[in-house]
Amino acid sequence: MLNPVNLLRQLGSRMVEGIWRLGYATRFFGAVLLNSGAALRRYPLTLREIYFSGVLSLIIIMVSGLFVGLVLGLQGYEILQRYGSAEQLGTMVALSLLRELGPVVAALLFASRAGSAITAEIGLMKATEQLKAMDMMAVDPVARVVVPRFWGGVIAMPILATLFSAMGIFGGWLIGVVAIGVDDGSFWSQMQASVEFGHDVWNGLVKSFVFGAAVALIAVFEGYDSEPTAEGVSRAITRTVVTSALAILALDFVLTSFMFRGTS
Amino acid sequence: MLDDALVHVENLRFDYGGKPVLQGINMRIPRGKVVAIMGGSGCGKTTLLRCIGGQLRPTGGKIVVDGQTVSTMNQSGIYAMRRRMGMLFQFGALFTDMSVFENVAFPLREHTDLPESLIRDLVLMKLQAVGLRGARDLMPNSLSGGMARRVALARAVALDPSLIMYDEPFTGLDPISLGVIGQLIRRLNDALGATSIMVTHDVQESLLIVDYIFFISEGKVVAEGTPDEIRHSSDPFVHQFVHAEADGPVPFHIKATPIMDDLFGGRHA
Ligand SMILES: Nc1ncnc2c1ncn2[C@@H]1O[C@H](COP(=O)(O)OP(=O)(O)O)[C@@H](O)[C@H]1O
Ligand SMILES: [Mg+2]
Repeated sequence: MLNPVNLLRQLGSRMVEGIWRLGYATRFFGAVLLNSGAALRRYPLTLREIYFSGVLSLIIIMVSGLFVGLVLGLQGYEILQRYGSAEQLGTMVALSLLRELGPVVAALLFASRAGSAITAEIGLMKATEQLKAMDMMAVDPVARVVVPRFWGGVIAMPILATLFSAMGIFGGWLIGVVAIGVDDGSFWSQMQASVEFGHDVWNGLVKSFVFGAAVALIAVFEGYDSEPTAEGVSRAITRTVVTSALAILALDFVLTSFMFRGTS
Repeated sequence: MLDDALVHVENLRFDYGGKPVLQGINMRIPRGKVVAIMGGSGCGKTTLLRCIGGQLRPTGGKIVVDGQTVSTMNQSGIYAMRRRMGMLFQFGALFTDMSVFENVAFPLREHTDLPESLIRDLVLMKLQAVGLRGARDLMPNSLSGGMARRVALARAVALDPSLIMYDEPFTGLDPISLGVIGQLIRRLNDALGATSIMVTHDVQESLLIVDYIFFISEGKVVAEGTPDEIRHSSDPFVHQFVHAEADGPVPFHIKATPIMDDLFGGRHA
């Protein structure tokens, strides 16, 4: 049934639907920001969400960071020693992690662990009418449920990315210095000499903050907007993971092109 | 006479995206009474409650609660009104990430600045009233259906509301729990001096505890009266409902083309 008119019509309706959803998400984001002041004044709620999303992702992020560091150590040494500059291993490992791999991989892991959990939680609250019940008790679910989870994600993300990078550098050191035998002193001193706080560490933190905001927003929106059935919630969880991954990678390109355009 | 009603519903209409659900409902809910609204599944009972609570905007007509018109209120006005309302949702809608105690404490914590010791006393009193003081530390997923409904009831009345709405409080309960909930609804209403609206299709239980009954069918009130009037009503709809007959004014078959056309229609084509 390849009817071109039908195809065109479907394409059009998909697009209209997409744009409508984007508009809805923007308005939702506006409502989240608008309610942030009052909700953040009740900071224990947000602290609790930082704790939950942080603890949920902590182990997986530390273990992954270690493995990524181990691989960087192996690959980096293999390439650098071709040019006789194996003592730069520390620099290479640290820069790769702080600028790119730390923020990006930690955010991807965060999205699939904590992001999906946030969507599931809010989606189930919606499906079991908990959000409606809250609203009937004159408590705004956006302020009470959504905002603390959003800010919890935004704040937890840079901390987790930093941990990821730290574990990665430790992994690189394990392979490079302990296993292969690169000079311990030059590993650290070269790293200290080449990594700039303002350029590398700070930009990496800005990245993970932006990724945290994107993932947290997608996660709370998909949960809040999910169809209130078991099937609808499971579809929303899938969308959170997929959309987050795309958003992280696209945002990473945009941010990188602003932050590191070959000036150093 | 008009002034002693807490809720007035006048010619209320509501559509779900063009599909008419409520088509001109009129009712008066007098203060201090327990009123039942009955009708088949899907006739718009939940919709009616959500219109009264201001969660849905009616397409036409108006609702007046305690002298204020719901549809002209802004969000903060509606929230102010809801603080004097309690609602029991069909399946309880307890917060699954909080203990029984925290569930009942939730409205108090959100809307008052009471010290923790006072909140504790109030919560324990509400739980005592529904007989579940001993279950305060349990999580909702470890409660039976009847217990969950009672906790939700305690939460709904935590702020001593003047209007309590119940959405099918009896659904899915065993006969003992059902009787318990029925008695609680009556007792809480009288103890709090509140007014209660109960949506249900359990006729026998309702006839025992309520003061007045409305029957809804096809978006309209088709019969009303006190339990005695209802028991002796000759209205065919009421008769069908009270005696649980399969066919009557509420047809067994939903609208369809004649069965002969459906079964043999293909042969004519
Ligand atoms: N969100 C909705 N969108 C579209 N139709 C709905 C929605 N909610 C309920 N309906 C329809 O409205 C009618 C009344 O629903 P409801 O008030 O829940 O009935 P009741 O509580 O009496 O069983 C039903 O036919 C139902 O299919
Ligand atoms: Mg219903």
